[in-house]
Amino acid sequence: MTQTCLTFRDLTLGYSSHPAIHHLDGTIRKGSLTAVVGANGSGKSTLMKGIVGVLKPMAGEVVRAPGVRAAYLPQQSELDRSFPARVVDLVSLGLWPKRGMLGRYTSEDRAAVSQALMAVGLGGFEKRPIDTLSGGQLQRTLFARVLLQDADLILLDEPFNAVDAKTVGDLIALIKRWHGEERTIMVVVHDLDLVRQNFPETLLLARQPIAWGETRETLKPENLLRARRFHEAWEENAPWCEPDENAHGHDHHDHAHGHDHDHHHGAGPRAA
Amino acid sequence: MDTLYGLFIAPFADFGFMQRALFGSLMLSLGACPIGVFLMLRRMSLSGDAMAHAILPGAAAGFLFYGLEILPMTIGGLIAGIIVALGAGAVSRFTIQREDASMAAFYLISLAIGVLMVSIRGSSVDLMHVLFGTVLALNNEALILIGGIVAITLVSLAIFWRALVAECLDPLFLRSVSKMGSPVHFIFLGLVVLNLVGGFQALGTLLSVGLMMLPAAAARFWTARVEPMCVLAVLIGFASCIAGLLLSYHASLPSGPAIILSAGVVYFASILLGTRGILRARIIHHRHRTA
Repeated sequence: MTQTCLTFRDLTLGYSSHPAIHHLDGTIRKGSLTAVVGANGSGKSTLMKGIVGVLKPMAGEVVRAPGVRAAYLPQQSELDRSFPARVVDLVSLGLWPKRGMLGRYTSEDRAAVSQALMAVGLGGFEKRPIDTLSGGQLQRTLFARVLLQDADLILLDEPFNAVDAKTVGDLIALIKRWHGEERTIMVVVHDLDLVRQNFPETLLLARQPIAWGETRETLKPENLLRARRFHEAWEENAPWCEPDENAHGHDHHDHAHGHDHDHHHGAGPRAA
Repeated sequence: MDTLYGLFIAPFADFGFMQRALFGSLMLSLGACPIGVFLMLRRMSLSGDAMAHAILPGAAAGFLFYGLEILPMTIGGLIAGIIVALGAGAVSRFTIQREDASMAAFYLISLAIGVLMVSIRGSSVDLMHVLFGTVLALNNEALILIGGIVAITLVSLAIFWRALVAECLDPLFLRSVSKMGSPVHFIFLGLVVLNLVGGFQALGTLLSVGLMMLPAAAARFWTARVEPMCVLAVLIGFASCIAGLLLSYHASLPSGPAIILSAGVVYFASILLGTRGILRARIIHHRHRTA
């Protein structure tokens, strides 16, 4: 029997009354490894923020299975690199779920920090000030923190940006190890070859899900074409989205079509 | 030996008011300097200054109703400071306006009210007293108040240390693992107000922020970690208080500016000589390692 980790119910997320994720329904299976792909502005990062809870839904909800702890690696970290901290201080923040605000770090914790750094290829970097790290090294440091969080649900938003090929390989290996440990993982990726090679499932977004399921099915040319036709800009005077009477209890693919119509996506001629 | 004693020990040994001044200002450093370090690291160095202005109407209200009494003026200052801190913090958290702008708006309004209130009743001498304080006239009440403020500050820092560091270092991460982000920000602003109010009897509303910021700014040039930075800032604060009081005693200078200027000297020395200062970075550091 498969268990669900996340359930989206009619989820709408966005900014100043414009949706970036529009009426999303569906579930994420426990232990699944899902790539989230789509054009710029298609709502990938917004979905991540909605799941982790730093962005409140405009409508609908995200339901986490009870007891599921999430770890989140944002695309645009608000990390202050000029803050006087060492690599070990930054990675140790990952102990928060375990130790909270007041719990003392034990020698076991310190060993775990070293191991996490070792796992991302940064063994011996403990004492380095964070303002001396390269972009890729910082990204790996943040991966080490995610590792330490020991979460059941791992959300990575474009984790491979500014990372060299060898490191991407290392990080993919790490993700696969998490997958093997039955953790649920969602990764925002742009490189479709990478997705085809490494991710069993894919969610293709263009404000609504264009396709969602097995990667090879999802990334079929006709789906990609439909996703590409997605209109990124907000329309200032787009009509208000009225809640329809039967918002729940039907297939989300149908639903996506219904709203396509409402918002003039892909309809009519448009200047490229 | 006798001259050394006369220079450094006798002023404190012989005069009760000097002992009180020393005790009060050392206690102030203990609380205010670590707060200053975090203000600096959060790029809120000037917010401290703004908050110092913001407490004026509260202190003035206390002064209007009770005269030059420490407790009403302190409580008044505390209330005004908390209103401004919460107001400015709330505007920046819940609207698009950044904290620097909302803080500026709130403190300027507060300052104008304060000046208005002082001028209704007092002469310019009173205003000078509120603005510049007198560390040499600390009474028991004031010392107890400062002691309480320092105790609250140190205990709060010990409890919220990890959250405060996380909120400075990576606020989005803190929000993703805990709901402590906003509370810890407001607690921190509360501590800033508390320490400024603690300092204003001794140094005045304008200069109390000096003892908070200057040692912190100087300590930044010596270390790349937060914990040593706080300890160093406190030590620099101690040294500035002792040096400033001695200077004020021997040269008959006003004590508040003497203390802050002593900290200023340490600041300039740190810019030049600090391990992360100008000389080290530009001149001495010619050699490099192979990897």
